Amino acid sequence: MSKDIAIRGVAKIFPLKDGRFTALDDVSLDISASEFVAIVGPSGCGKSTLLNIVAGLEHPTSGEARVGGDVVTGPGPDRGVIFQQFALFPWLTVRKNVEFGLRTAGVPKAQRRARAEHFIELVGLSRFADALPKTLSGGMKQRCAIARAYAVDPQILLMDEPFGALDSLTRVRLQEQLLQTWSQDQRTVMFITHDVDEAVFLANRVVVMAANPGRIVEIIDVDLPYPRTEDVRLGAEFTALRNRVWSAVHHQEGTPA
Amino acid sequence: MIAPKKRKPALLALNIASAIAGLGVWWIWSVTGENVPTPVEVARRMGELFADGTLEADILASLQRVLIGFALGCAVAIPVGFLMGWYAVARAVFEPWVQFFRTVPPLALIPLVVVLLGIGEEPKIFVIYVAAFLSCVIATFQGVVDVDRTLLNAARVLGAPTRTIFARVVVPASMPYILVGMRVGLGSAWGTLVAAELVAAQEGLGYRMQNAQIYVDRPTIFAALICIGILGLLMDRVLLLVERRATSWQERR
Repeated sequence: MSKDIAIRGVAKIFPLKDGRFTALDDVSLDISASEFVAIVGPSGCGKSTLLNIVAGLEHPTSGEARVGGDVVTGPGPDRGVIFQQFALFPWLTVRKNVEFGLRTAGVPKAQRRARAEHFIELVGLSRFADALPKTLSGGMKQRCAIARAYAVDPQILLMDEPFGALDSLTRVRLQEQLLQTWSQDQRTVMFITHDVDEAVFLANRVVVMAANPGRIVEIIDVDLPYPRTEDVRLGAEFTALRNRVWSAVHHQEGTPA
Repeated sequence: MIAPKKRKPALLALNIASAIAGLGVWWIWSVTGENVPTPVEVARRMGELFADGTLEADILASLQRVLIGFALGCAVAIPVGFLMGWYAVARAVFEPWVQFFRTVPPLALIPLVVVLLGIGEEPKIFVIYVAAFLSCVIATFQGVVDVDRTLLNAARVLGAPTRTIFARVVVPASMPYILVGMRVGLGSAWGTLVAAELVAAQEGLGYRMQNAQIYVDRPTIFAALICIGILGLLMDRVLLLVERRATSWQERR
């Protein structure tokens, strides 16, 4: 059901007016099927670029990304992407947004509706199924985007700072819901964030990246049991891991604060 | 600027007061000055022109020209704008022409189109067509270029092929721009009308004013002018309403 991700020697170089910018320099990373990996790092470390390469939205300058053994050449329905800016189609209702991918795939109307209904219920938006995105709060918008991604049943979820634009209470609630769903469906998750707490709370492993050039500096295993409750979040082990990740992110040589 | 959804009553009252004050100034002006007809004279003349069918015929002729020219302009501008926004090649082909003709006032084309198209309806409609086309094509092009890249990516990762992205993301996302372009286009089409009717017209609001000028018939000039203003305002409001309906999904501040 789930697929693994293999990133091999990926580099991404953007040409600039004066010279070039190395967004990613020889990055390799393996994410096994059903694993939840969080990637943290300062801005400019190329974490979003890495996610876009796995998503097939950008192509690496060299190296390759493989998903389930196949080289990524473009986007595909096996990989659902959640964007920080929600990226809902503002002219479509919640229901139509969730149905978008199904319609594209040619799923018949009745089936489409039933599936959309299911995932809208899963994210708790049933009352707002016929509402336009502009009437929703940020948290509701992101829940709608998550339902839209789930609806096409991807084996992999690629999440690019999905909760970054939300207030802290909403963020915690969505983190818990995400873990709950993940523990049931065991999708492979690649989760980009700049929030150290979020990374440690969610992931099996936390990948720490650095900028100039974008690279992986440390990979930290998070041996905390699931389900991760508030007790886990407040426990000493969590704090210790959080501190480790924190110093890996914030005490990088040569990076300005 | 676009008026807010619900105008405050106080502001509406101010609108009305301002209009009445304007009429008052006109009236004082007409009483003190010699060459200005009073509002009453103008209203009477309007009534006369309306009674003998002249005004209706003029309005009909003018509206017909503007609407045909405007419809043709939009019908060509929207596909061209989409092509320019979506394909770099189409943009490279069309852009020099659009930019060139944008710097030429449509009215400056009149002598040329008279030579080429004669003095029938065609040259008048053509000039209006050019005016509407230019406003609309730029707006459509800009709308396509400005489509949020994240939305395009969102559609791509949901498995949408290019033509689906075009039809179901680019078209709706650029609709607000297109409708604004159409409004501006209608404004410039209407603005080109009077001059276009300089070309050997037999009827029309612009022609009526020209004709009245010869006879120094001031009330008729005023009457035609007021008709042009009111009709322009009405058409703009209709398009504004359409725009509001069609783009009600937008988040407005």
